[in-house]
Amino acid sequence: MKELTCIVCPRGCRLKVDDNMEVTGNTCPRGKIYAINELTHPTRTITSSVRVSNRPYTLVSVKTDKPVPKDKMFEVMKEIDKISVEAPTRIGQIVLANVLGTDSNVVITKDID
Amino acid sequence: MKTVDLVVIGSGAAGMAAAVEAKKNGVDDILILEKEERLGGILNQCIHNGFGLTEFKEELTGPEYLQRFVDQVKELKIPYKLNSQVIDLSKDKVVTYSNKEDGLVKIQAKAIVMATGCYERNAGAIMLPGDRCSGVITAGTAQRYLNINGLMVGKRIVILGSGDIGLIMARRLTLEGAKVLCVSELMPYSAGLNRNIQQCLIDFNIPLYLSRTVSKVVGKNGRLEKVILSAVDDKLQIIPGTEMEFECDTLILSVGLIPYISLLNYIDCPTSSTRGAVVNQYMETMVDGIFTAGNCLHVHDVVDFVSDEARLAGRSAALYLQNKINNSENKINIKPGNGLSYVLPQFILENSLEDIVIKFRVRRPVQDQIVWIKSGETVIMKQIKPVMIPSEMVMIKIAKDKLVGIKEDIVVSLEDR
Ligand SMILES: Cc1cc2nc3c(=O)[nH]c(=O)nc-3n(C[C@H](O)[C@H](O)[C@H](O)COP(=O)(O)OP(=O)(O)OC[C@H]3O[C@@H](n4cnc5c(N)ncnc54)[C@H](O)[C@@H]3O)c2cc1C
Ligand code: SF4
Repeated sequence: MKELTCIVCPRGCRLKVDDNMEVTGNTCPRGKIYAINELTHPTRTITSSVRVSNRPYTLVSVKTDKPVPKDKMFEVMKEIDKISVEAPTRIGQIVLANVLGTDSNVVITKDID
Repeated sequence: MKTVDLVVIGSGAAGMAAAVEAKKNGVDDILILEKEERLGGILNQCIHNGFGLTEFKEELTGPEYLQRFVDQVKELKIPYKLNSQVIDLSKDKVVTYSNKEDGLVKIQAKAIVMATGCYERNAGAIMLPGDRCSGVITAGTAQRYLNINGLMVGKRIVILGSGDIGLIMARRLTLEGAKVLCVSELMPYSAGLNRNIQQCLIDFNIPLYLSRTVSKVVGKNGRLEKVILSAVDDKLQIIPGTEMEFECDTLILSVGLIPYISLLNYIDCPTSSTRGAVVNQYMETMVDGIFTAGNCLHVHDVVDFVSDEARLAGRSAALYLQNKINNSENKINIKPGNGLSYVLPQFILENSLEDIVIKFRVRRPVQDQIVWIKSGETVIMKQIKPVMIPSEMVMIKIAKDKLVGIKEDIVVSLEDR
């Protein structure tokens, strides 16, 4: 039996997973999916910000468009730290495709004109 | 003097949602005033994800969430002025703001939505014991430095207070290479959401010490050198002999947010225990035609609820401008009873035009409760709640016909099942 906190929404349900991977304590189906993922291949979305080379003192925020394996978080951060972009930027614009082969792209999350 | 039907003060999640909703409800003459150089308020620096699950049914970052409202403001051609700080307000709704181009300007508004957000409690506010030195900073300020200006505040960090912003910053600073030594919380339970304890602390093996606080800040040559944490008893008094010492260069304070309402003081607007204005079910303050919503009314942890509350304020401002809200209706007070730290709205006007939503927070974590909403002996509503925690706002909707004939004060209280 494992106990987990669901992180999918602000409610933060306490989940219990038994040896047969039966999940209880979830208020909605997303909790069940989360619990099974968390115990088999935990992932997290990374957010950060990167320099805008043609705007002094300006950063633009980015995220991974899919969660990346939890044990790769710091490596992904290192890749993100190398990025710099040029304005204008648009939400959803890919600035680093398939980061570290995770199948996840680093995308812009802020419009800068 | 120039006149405007509706002035919205502040362009955060609340201000923008109120303006958009007022416009959709027929108010054409609107002006949003924002003191910063861009629309969006605090969301600009909240680059983490977790916003919008209720509002947009997807998980967004703060900037993505705010952009959806900026797009609506622009699409509806709602005028706004940036770098324009409102510096005075009068009871008859004269708004004074200043900016570089226009100088000092007075406008006569017919209705106002106040959406000025909140500010952080700082070292002075909590009487932080010990040396006054550099290296002590609030979580929101650290967040702005890092996410907007690209500046790291320190390398070895202690966080006081387990509020969500502190937790979010623990993760953010760790991912950027800092060592977060611990989070210390005065109360026996966390002030932050469970999900943030998991994904910001447990994920990174950052210890959370409950019932523990800073007993001394030690500086050297004007710079923070170490922080001493001590355990507290159930009266929150420091227990001698329980000291833990942490060498660190930064102490981040995440010890609470307070509604920013200095403008309301100019108009003698009554406030409540939330530190925001006293409002009725239309989010109207005790001053005719002045509405309010968002963090300047009560501090929210989920932005989706801010947007929703602000839409009500915007819609109500429209009703007010169409003379549909009758402020001379009987007032019925709503009071927090057993187990509640506050309840909103604090009063309702009889003959409500809409169903009302009662919002409250519990004083401490509780399980298996009956929430009673009563007026004298009359039960207006009874609801069972398996779990409630102080960090989660509770909302209960009451159909307007359930309020017909209610004359006495309404009390919302908890009872063990
Ligand atoms: C650090 C932090 C992290 C958060 N994390 C989450 C999260 O993960 N998920 C979630 O759902 N919610 C989160 N929230 C909550 C949510 O984002 C906020 O409650 C919400 O954005 C507040 O909106 P607001 O419009 O009330 O206030 P604000 O966004 O603060 O807007 C107020 C605006 O008013 C302006 N203003 C103030 N005074 C004046 C004046 N005199 N004249 C002109 N303009 C003025 C300010 O400049 C500001 O732009 C977080 C909040 C904070 C502070
Ligand atoms: S189980 Fe569903 S309701 Fe509970 S925290 Fe997870 S996503 Fe939210």
